[in-house]
Amino acid sequence: MAIIETRNLTYIYPFTEKPAFESVNLSIGRGEFVLLTGPSGCGKTTLCRCLNGLIPHFYGGKLEGEIIVAGLKPSEHPIYKMAQHVGMVFQNPENQLFALTVEKDVAFGLENLGLPRDEIRRRVNWALKVTGIYDLKDKAPFELSGGQQQRVAIASVLAMQPEIIVLDEPTSFLDPLSAKNILETVHQLSRDLKITVILIEHRLDLAARYANRVIVMKDGHIVLDDEPRRAFLDEKIRLIGIGIPKVVKLYFLLREDSVDIGGVPLSPEEASKLIEGVLISDRG
Amino acid sequence: MGQNGAGKTTLVKHFNGLLKPTKGRVLIDGIDTRNVSVATLSRKVGFVFQNPDHQLFSETVEDEIFFALKNFGFDERVISERVDWALNLLDLTQYRKTSPFMLSGGERKRVALASVLAWDPKILILDEPTIGQDNYQKERLRQFIIQMNQQGKTVIIVTHDIEFVVECEPRVVLMANGKIIADGEAKKILTDPELINRSSLVLPEITQVFLRLNDFGFPSNVINIYEAKRLILERLSGGVSK
Repeated sequence: MAIIETRNLTYIYPFTEKPAFESVNLSIGRGEFVLLTGPSGCGKTTLCRCLNGLIPHFYGGKLEGEIIVAGLKPSEHPIYKMAQHVGMVFQNPENQLFALTVEKDVAFGLENLGLPRDEIRRRVNWALKVTGIYDLKDKAPFELSGGQQQRVAIASVLAMQPEIIVLDEPTSFLDPLSAKNILETVHQLSRDLKITVILIEHRLDLAARYANRVIVMKDGHIVLDDEPRRAFLDEKIRLIGIGIPKVVKLYFLLREDSVDIGGVPLSPEEASKLIEGVLISDRG
Repeated sequence: MGQNGAGKTTLVKHFNGLLKPTKGRVLIDGIDTRNVSVATLSRKVGFVFQNPDHQLFSETVEDEIFFALKNFGFDERVISERVDWALNLLDLTQYRKTSPFMLSGGERKRVALASVLAWDPKILILDEPTIGQDNYQKERLRQFIIQMNQQGKTVIIVTHDIEFVVECEPRVVLMANGKIIADGEAKKILTDPELINRSSLVLPEITQVFLRLNDFGFPSNVINIYEAKRLILERLSGGVSK
């Protein structure tokens, strides 16, 4: 059964006329790892704001059509209720950090759920460790670098152990190694705990290998929704100008010269194996 | 480039005098930054912050670009030309009368860029310019940076976007724990697994592919995708058996 379902969902921000997105029909199953991408301003962040009820509760505006998230209609439940099902990591970590220490920030959501003290401590420590910021727990979030703040934001969402995690460019301020570690952690959690992940990302080189589905939006519409390898083969993705991973580009460059490496690689590991295969068979 | 908290942003904040050195000195065009105000330095050194929300404050995108130009005392005609030029350059003309706070993260980042580029500083510091930018905008940014550089401007980019760096092939300075640990051309620095690891980066995708194909006798310092294609095609046309 789908954990997120929309039918003809359309949204117009207050004081504007043009819909931010229009007639979106989407069905996402439990445990899926969805990569949501598209040119800036295409409506992807706006769409995700509907999942935990920030739209319409916080942003106002006009929401039409139907949306059901974890069995609930977000417009009929307060944001704090929806937040127990949908964890959201914002693009700008400063917009969600406010406590005086990192530890308190990560604990805040759990305290609000009224969990027992031991359980809070256990989950906070776990979240701080998997995001690699345990040593920063007594620091003020505002003293931290952008990348460290981003990890605090991710930790506070992971600690809530929601069924759905929405990450809006969660690695934009992170150094590449931390970005890789965070995405691997999220991927593993998604697999082990059957958490549904919606990852908004422009840098497909980082994210493509983890996703089992790529959704591309443009001008407020979903224009492509497919398994990553097939999505990258689709001409639309190049026409829209989505930045495909370098290894996928290499696949196309070689194909232009009639060298078929036998499949679309999603990671350097896959690419080198495919190229190795071609080189060996060429040697005969 | 370098890991989170390595000191990159702190270092570049010395270049327009926002921070003054505790020890040692910073010379910009021969001027000691301790002897002049940020206002004086900023005419020469344009700084675009990592987070656009730290620098945007005007009611409209147009006003945001107008502000610095007015403060530097450009005359009306020049200001209006520069505003139009910057809006067009960053693909923002349609948002001229829009509040920056109504725009997406990527668009706000471009407004911040436009407002600095408008006064044409000799030195340009861009802290994470590719954040939130889609592929099309990134490609425009890259072409623009290369063009600025060819016009003799100094461009300093702080970034984690290794694939973007690969496409620009600049001089790369790596930092870790407040120190510079390497300084050289992109092809040399970005393909050194030990340096990359120490600075919490990840090898470029193409480099990773070629390091894994080491047994086939490929070079281990490939970063460019066209070079990668050429090397593979050469091998396939019988280079090995000959």
